[in-house]
Amino acid sequence: MSSRIIIEHGSKSKSYWKDIWNYRGLLYFLAWRDVLVRYKQTSIGIIWSLLKPLLTIAVMWFFGKLFKVPVPPGVPRILVVCAATLPWQFFSSAFSDASNSLLVNSNLLTKVYFPRLLIPISSVLVCLIDFLISFAILVMLLVAFRFNPGWKICFLPLFLGLAFIMAMGTGLFIAAMNVKFRDFRYIVPFIVQFGLYVSPVGFSSDFIYKHKSISEATKIIYSMNPMVGVIDGFRWCILGNSMSIYIPGFITSVAISVLSLILGVWYFRKTEKSFADVI
Amino acid sequence: MSEPAIKVENLGKQYILNHLSKERYTNLREVITGRAKSIFSSSPKVPSSKEEFWALEDISFEIESGSRLGIIGRNGAGKSTLLKILSRITEPTKGRVTIEGRVASLLEVGTGFHPELSGRENIYLNGSILGMDKAEIRKKFDEIVAFAEVERFLDTPVKRYSSGMYVRLAFAVAAHLEPEILIVDEVLAVGDAAFQKKCLGKMRDVSGQGRTVIFVSHNMEAVQKLCTTGLLLHKGKMVMLGPIEQVTRKYMEGSDTGTALYDIQEPENKEKEYGFVRRIQVEDEKGNPVPEIPVGANWQIRVLFRLNRYTPSFVAGLGLVSYLDFPIRTSWSQPANTNAGEYEVLFKNDDLMLVSGQYKLVIGLSAEGKTFQYINELVTLSISEISTLTHNERIVNQESGLILNPMNITITPLK
Repeated sequence: MSSRIIIEHGSKSKSYWKDIWNYRGLLYFLAWRDVLVRYKQTSIGIIWSLLKPLLTIAVMWFFGKLFKVPVPPGVPRILVVCAATLPWQFFSSAFSDASNSLLVNSNLLTKVYFPRLLIPISSVLVCLIDFLISFAILVMLLVAFRFNPGWKICFLPLFLGLAFIMAMGTGLFIAAMNVKFRDFRYIVPFIVQFGLYVSPVGFSSDFIYKHKSISEATKIIYSMNPMVGVIDGFRWCILGNSMSIYIPGFITSVAISVLSLILGVWYFRKTEKSFADVI
Repeated sequence: MSEPAIKVENLGKQYILNHLSKERYTNLREVITGRAKSIFSSSPKVPSSKEEFWALEDISFEIESGSRLGIIGRNGAGKSTLLKILSRITEPTKGRVTIEGRVASLLEVGTGFHPELSGRENIYLNGSILGMDKAEIRKKFDEIVAFAEVERFLDTPVKRYSSGMYVRLAFAVAAHLEPEILIVDEVLAVGDAAFQKKCLGKMRDVSGQGRTVIFVSHNMEAVQKLCTTGLLLHKGKMVMLGPIEQVTRKYMEGSDTGTALYDIQEPENKEKEYGFVRRIQVEDEKGNPVPEIPVGANWQIRVLFRLNRYTPSFVAGLGLVSYLDFPIRTSWSQPANTNAGEYEVLFKNDDLMLVSGQYKLVIGLSAEGKTFQYINELVTLSISEISTLTHNERIVNQESGLILNPMNITITPLK
């Protein structure tokens, strides 16, 4: 019945992942708390999670139209924008929330034991919930434009998973760094802003890949941003045949996402024992 | 002979104090430039202003399951560090701890409470943070609410709770944990006396069921009531492990003698307040600063302070508190409108004769009934056993009471 715990310097718990599984109840409660708290004392509550992406989509659509950014023929511009904005918002909020999650919950870190990994995971989960709510916008638009995405939409969870892995990996890494180097508090918003410019949210990747004067090397560098793979994937799933996936770019995206997850978990585990002393 | 619930071997925890930066976290730039310097300088060592500091050193003990251990020691003795290691919040630098069973620790009242959430929601949240699962919380929910006496406010956000209600609710959740080992830090300092009593009772029940309790407190009375075994720490080292009465006595006797002069650090916002204390002196009746007052002798406390501006109804107060945190006497000066300037106030003791031991002094300055400086847990009054008492009074000893002044007694033969 009883379990034996041995505490030593540098001891690696063999049941690390099992521990996390045992604490899944807490993971649920942490996410539940964040969802509950987020819109307390707001008058329109959960509608905010629709309003935020909606406003962004409106702005992107307006400027796209104004500057005549090319869109594939036969596809409403607003769908092109929407299919990119939703995953981008998921990634950017998940990445920045996870990065700050340890600092925000520092009182828990210094007073209670539980697997530290739960905190960033729960932040990403909360953003995932937000994403699923905002997904209603896309569904409504598809219905409004009588646009049928076809069978390819079944692949959507795959690309969502890719965004999840990417947000998790980078988020874990920065969260652990943030405990020691508060500089990341200032770097993270910058990364998010910069990411918006280099990701195909306001434009389409076709524009880059099919451009004759852009070299192959530049294309690969462009596609090293995993969000390029994610957003292209989303558009491919939703907008049907008018969109294509640049395969070498997609493979790079996946590889970098997985690599970032491995690196993130590794660094997090390496430093988590000293979180309570440093934070 | 039962298995020890907790076995601690040669435990040590080292912190590295970095004198370079004031803040505990590092600046990325420092690391980068630090590294760069170390690459280019001939000696591999970065100019070291780091100081190693052992918060705990060579701690070894065992406690059997079902016993109640009280950890005592002055501020900075390493009590909290030890608790943090035992509850797996921080890692030891040296040594090993073996724990049999599930540990729940309560290092702070209401860890993870969210002010925006209601009492009901916080019970679930806090319970799960402390390691209960949902079914367990649901089962105990009514009991927790009844213990905390907050039935009517269950759906009110806890930010609107009174501090008493907040503490009651938080403790109630923790008290209904069912771990094999319960670790409790100074949490009873808050809450009213009746509730403290209730908590102590609850904690005793817990260990009655064969669970182990580890308890840290400055309140010797509470420790003595609750614990069977005591562990005394001093500056990170173990001084004594044994029956609680012996350990608390050892603690109260204190190993280091008191200081006569206390220079008080200027507060950061010193211009904002009416004034601040500069220095406190413990003196004998002739005005010489002395670290220890012989039992029976008169003593006085001199407090030097500064008033920044005209202070209406200024009052200086001195409280005398026993080491069991029992207030003995408080004296206040007459309220007086006082101009800015440097002052000293002298509190003379020429009537109260205290038994030998350590006493705490509390100093407060106030204006118009509002305290603007309050100094406690700092100044110690040591009454030594070296006696100046006359022959008659020498029969008294520690057992006879805190106050040695005899009453007026007359014995007359009946006819």
